[in-house]
Parts: sequence; structure tokens; C-alpha cells
Amino acid sequence: MIKMTQIETAELTLPVSSERDHTLGSDTAPVTLVEYGDYECPYCGRAYPIIKRIHKHLGDNLRFVFRNFPITQSHPHAQHAAEAAEAAGAQNRFWEMHDHLYEHQQNLDDDNLMQYASVLGMDTARFGDELARHVYADRVREDFMSGIRSGVNGTPTFYINEIRYDYSWDEKTLLTAIEQILEDSSNHQSSKKKRATAGARRKMGKSRL
Amino acid sequence: MNKNKETKRSRSQKSVAQPEISSPSSSSPLSAGAPAPDFTLRSTPDQNVSLREFRNRPVILAFYPADFSPVCGDEMALYNEILPEFSRFNAQLLGVSVDNIWSHLAFSRDRKLGFPLLSDFNPKGAVAREYGVYRQEDGMTERALFVIDGKGIIRWSYVSPMGVNPGANGILGALESLG
Repeated sequence: MIKMTQIETAELTLPVSSERDHTLGSDTAPVTLVEYGDYECPYCGRAYPIIKRIHKHLGDNLRFVFRNFPITQSHPHAQHAAEAAEAAGAQNRFWEMHDHLYEHQQNLDDDNLMQYASVLGMDTARFGDELARHVYADRVREDFMSGIRSGVNGTPTFYINEIRYDYSWDEKTLLTAIEQILEDSSNHQSSKKKRATAGARRKMGKSRL
Repeated sequence: MNKNKETKRSRSQKSVAQPEISSPSSSSPLSAGAPAPDFTLRSTPDQNVSLREFRNRPVILAFYPADFSPVCGDEMALYNEILPEFSRFNAQLLGVSVDNIWSHLAFSRDRKLGFPLLSDFNPKGAVAREYGVYRQEDGMTERALFVIDGKGIIRWSYVSPMGVNPGANGILGALESLG
């Protein structure tokens, strides 16, 4: 019998870079959480406040990264919204725009986007011009394709320390998963003996990877 | 909870080189090297699509359990987004499920799909059976992918656990390796 090909889809193929990526939190944080998301996706909208609370809880232990994964045929405004966030990023307002878009998910047409740029105190002439010329379309596509090659299979898809997280992202489950990895890494750093005694919970964390 | 269990199972399945089909009643899926069985299936109420129409170009045959799965970016919507990437390989994507043609039309319109959905409806699952990906116990097809070369030979196949959208990375890798 001929062997079926195995596919490895669970790892981030484009490593997080503080120069390329939009990151929130310390570059030296022990855990990096990457989200591939779509501004018009209701599930991403639900995940948004959860991530906020988890980040607040974990503080410096967590770095959060957002990459674009617009499902444009289902979500007609998702592509422009993603480009708008990148245009805001060019004016150092990426996270303000990211948050604003998720807080106004129902209103993402081009007029809305212009209005948000104005609310956020951006140079609206530049913003409008860059949106019209789709200056950031390539960047959004690059995010999208990096997601495809990393096994993103819907939105939102999360990666914890570059490994795809395939479990529920309700607040408790996701927080517990991250905390277990934090515990693992601190055990690893302190001593191997401690790792051996970390018990069943750690084992659970391992099986997740 | 059920979802978690299912995902765990999938991960352990993924770690083996020869994925086993979870359904004991399915025969083995056809794998690389096998000739792809030809078929003719409805794509619209008055149009048929045959595999042999796509000789000389790669075909991606994507069996999926049912129209209208309730998530954003489900498997077919995801593939729809990357049609331009498939086009770079001159590859034709064909979705196949046992849903009837009217369901396919509604689904296709809703998700604005730019590729044909084929109806393996009557006799139910006949093509899926030929490819070894029909699930007798629930009357649906596996979530199975086949990349077929221009000569009609299967060059890559993959069966994903039912609850897991396999994404598109494997397909792109297979298309790249066709050379």
C-alpha cells in the first residue's frame, strides 16, 4: 500500500517579528499569543474582549500579536477594515484602530473607516489616500497567506508560542492553557527536578502541544 | 467538551504517518499512485461535471460532510478565498458532498463560492464510495482531500477527522510538488 502523505499544519511558518508584526506587550514575555482574525467575523468579535481580559490578567507574561485573515467573500468589509488597521499602524495607531473596529463591528463601510480615523486623531487625508490606493493590500495578503501556510482553518485561529491552539478559546480554557505553558517554562528554567514533579496538569499542557 | 475530545483525537491521529479512518465501515481511501476514478455529477440542476474534463490540469477534489457548517471561514469558504493560489497551478477545485443540488446552490450563493459543488446524491455517495471516503454509519462523506494530476493519477490524499477543517496547506504543498 502506498503511504498517505502526512501534513504538518500546526506550527506558525512566519515567526513573530517585532519589526514586522503588530505586537502588544513585552518582546521578552515568556508567552506569545498570535491571533489570525477578521474584523467582520462575529467569532473574532467575541474573542476580542476575552483576549483583553486575559492580557490584563497576565500582564508582562504575555505578548499579543494580531495578523489579518479576512474571509472576504463572506465578509464584504473585512478586507478594507484590515487595510484600514494597517493604515492606522503606519500612523502608530494600529491598536487603537484594531480595538475601535472590533468595538464597531457592525459599521465597517468606507465612510465609517474614515470617521474612525478622524475620531482617533489621524491624518485623515493620508489615511484616505492610502486606503483608496490599497497601499496595505499586499501586507494583508501576506498575513493571510502566512496563515494558510501555518494551518489557519477559520477565524479566529490562535497560536501559543507558535503552536496552533486547537481548543476552545473561552476565557477560562484559553487562560488555563497559557498559564500551564507559563508554569512549564518557569519550571524548565528553575530545574529539571521541578519539571518531573509538575504532575498531571503539566502533562495535560504537553499533550496539547 | 465533546469538541475538545474530538480535537484531541485528531491531534493524535495527525501524528501518525498513515492516518486511519475513524469510521470502521469506510473502506480505505484511495491514496497516492492510484488512478482517480472518473465520475459525472450534477453541478447545477441542468449541468454535469466529469472528472475527465480536467485532463491536463490538476484537480483538487474536496469531499466535505455537509453544506452550511456553522462557522466563519469553514472549509469551502476558506478554499474559496485562495482560489487565486490554486489558479497559479492551473488547478481546478471541485467540492463534493451528498447534499442535493438545491442545497448546494443555496450554500454556494450564501458563501459566494467561485468553484463548482458537485452533488453525490443519487445513488447516494456513489463517488465517495469509489474513493473510499463514504461513511456508512451517518450517510456522509469523510472530510477528504485528493490532489489529482493532469494524467488522472492521485498524487496526494488526506482524510481529516470529521470535526477538523484540514485547512489548505496540504493542498498547496501537494500542488507545489507536482512540479
